Amino acid sequence: MRFHPTEEQLAIQDALKGTLEDAMPRERLEKIVNGGGDFDRESWNALMALGLGGLALPESVGGAGLGLVDLAMGIEVLGQGGVVGPVLQHCLAGLALNLADDADARETWLGKIASGETVATVAFGGNWLPDSWAVTVAGGKASGVIGFVPGADAADLILVGTQGGGLALIEKGAGVVVEAVQSADRTRRLSAVTFDGAPASVLFEPGDARIARIFDAALVLTSADALGGAQYCLDLSVAYAKEREQFGVAIGRFQALKHQLAQMALEVEPARALMWYAAYAWDSQQDDAARAAAMAKAHIADRYVSVARAAVAAHGGIGYTWEYSLNTWFRRSLFDRAYLGSPTVHRARAADLAGW
Amino acid sequence: MDLSYGEGAETFRREVRSFLKGAWQPGERRKDELKAFIRDFRTKATDAGYLYRAIPKQYGGSEQPADVVKAQVIREEFARARAPMEIGGNGMSMLVPTLLEKGTPEQKDMFIRQTMSGDMMWGQGYSEPATGSDLASVRTRAELVGDEWVINGQKIWTSQGDRATHMFGLFRTEPNASKHGGISYLMLDLNQPGVTRRPIRQMTGEAGFYEFFFDNARTPASWIVGERGDGWNVSRTTLKHERASIGSADALGGTFRKLVELAQEMEIDGQPAIKDAKVRDALTKIEGWVMAHRYSSFRLFSLAAAQEQPGLVGLMMKLLLTETGHEMALLAQELIGDHALIEPASAGTRGRGPEKWLDQIMGTLGNSIAGGTTNIQRNIIAERGLGLPRDLAMEADK
Repeated sequence: MRFHPTEEQLAIQDALKGTLEDAMPRERLEKIVNGGGDFDRESWNALMALGLGGLALPESVGGAGLGLVDLAMGIEVLGQGGVVGPVLQHCLAGLALNLADDADARETWLGKIASGETVATVAFGGNWLPDSWAVTVAGGKASGVIGFVPGADAADLILVGTQGGGLALIEKGAGVVVEAVQSADRTRRLSAVTFDGAPASVLFEPGDARIARIFDAALVLTSADALGGAQYCLDLSVAYAKEREQFGVAIGRFQALKHQLAQMALEVEPARALMWYAAYAWDSQQDDAARAAAMAKAHIADRYVSVARAAVAAHGGIGYTWEYSLNTWFRRSLFDRAYLGSPTVHRARAADLAGW
Repeated sequence: MDLSYGEGAETFRREVRSFLKGAWQPGERRKDELKAFIRDFRTKATDAGYLYRAIPKQYGGSEQPADVVKAQVIREEFARARAPMEIGGNGMSMLVPTLLEKGTPEQKDMFIRQTMSGDMMWGQGYSEPATGSDLASVRTRAELVGDEWVINGQKIWTSQGDRATHMFGLFRTEPNASKHGGISYLMLDLNQPGVTRRPIRQMTGEAGFYEFFFDNARTPASWIVGERGDGWNVSRTTLKHERASIGSADALGGTFRKLVELAQEMEIDGQPAIKDAKVRDALTKIEGWVMAHRYSSFRLFSLAAAQEQPGLVGLMMKLLLTETGHEMALLAQELIGDHALIEPASAGTRGRGPEKWLDQIMGTLGNSIAGGTTNIQRNIIAERGLGLPRDLAMEADK
């Protein structure tokens, strides 16, 4: 039995964290937040050079052959660092493609996704749940519109949700039009993507059990990002409380603030094991894997928004300013809560899955 | 991540299971026969190395090396067979580990066996009416007169005070010394003249705690554990032996399952409450916390098995339990509706109707006080867990 990170997992986290810090100094992040595009080639290349794109892909395509637990731990520290672009979606597209039977598609793309040479993203559409996916594919051509696609501008390859809950792979090119949306989270820009006769290869037909697994993995990875983001909000607030003085002492001495920070920690730290369990259940295909994924997404996304709000309050006026970077993470919390469906939606699913 | 215990543990599990199959067949027995049977069973289980594992053989234990995984397997298998584990209570959980670490050979001989057998039942004498979280401010005095300590004062919040035969606790023995330096750790017999015990009726209507008044009560000079004036340090002695347990992982899970059953039984507009969208959302909201608690227990168990420190999450399990308990109580209150108007202890309804949840609802309030109030728990998380500076008043106290 081992239900805490291995040395190797901690080393992966450290490496990713350090690389992101080096490649994305604060000024650079601020530039992006203030309108510098929706993708950052330098940090992307640095993370991919570390093997992020292939972390959970087989060694035969240049991956590390690890599991969703390891990938989720990686996404967690990137969420903590406020990573820019469709990192999560890229890794998810790789996971999905790796589950597919289409040998040509695997041959063509998996290696390039593992290396990061190809940028991939995922476009689900509808109200996020597979039943509502709506792009139609007829005679190898895709038609339809999907809103709120992260990183579509930079992506070369899009994994698209198709009518009734299938998935198709579409290479960006003729028949694909990307229109940017002014998104609340400026680190993960969104677009509306229109497919008008774009060549598409169907990877999974509606009803394929692997679709649910891919969607569950998306929920787990999003909860990992949320966990990391909540951790950052807590860390920043604790550091501020130790250094900021009022009435001649560090404000962290005041019990009211102490209790607020303790409450934030109570929201963040226990949630970590919930995220691990959801990822572990996915890897080992436990009976409750889908339910654990839904619960992790709902619970941890709620915690992130709650902790991000508390962090602003703990900082006072400075936390409310545009210049102080906290609002970047507050916006990321809104993204994680809404992306793939709200906590209410996933709690309702969890209730259904329990047979209540 | 791996939640299986491994081959070694599973082999051990088969051994425990086979032992229980032979040794634990309580069947139909008269009450006194059952008592003797349990006593005999505990001896056999100790000889087999399953019970009293942290206690040396010379004091009646099985003296096993610390192994949290084996300990957990034993707990699971004994629970499965509904077989009794060690005798519980403050004596086993607090006094015996303290004696093993700080007691004299005579004290170990005199007290450990009798505590293990249940012949000595111990009440904890730390709290006093004015101490609260400021435990070192105890005022009950013990004065050495000849070869006896003479004790005067009052202790409060002693659980199982009705059954306790003895007490261990903190007493002020050096009135002129510093606050923390003037305390000694003493044991005393509660069945003597000069000791008055009185039940404290709590908000549920039950008396779960007692208070004790000492009026020239006496205890031998040799019943002091550790040095005179060193009681504060002695009281903080804990034996780190097989403490981690995922037996407690389901502490919230059991109540949560009952809450789900309650939602299935109660009705809203003629259909089961659990079909109501708001109730489903409320239940799953709570379940998020229940799951966070359960898997954090697994995490703590895993850390303990690897002999690693529990860290921040170890400091917050109790608060998480309390807070989630409150949430469950609030939802239960909503679900039982008018049944919340009925006193559960009235007219023999206890344990029957939905009003039995009132005990749970009020019980969660007890959780927010016992073992350190919620405010203190938050201070501990902030100071020890997050490294925030200590409260000014507490720093001045040092």
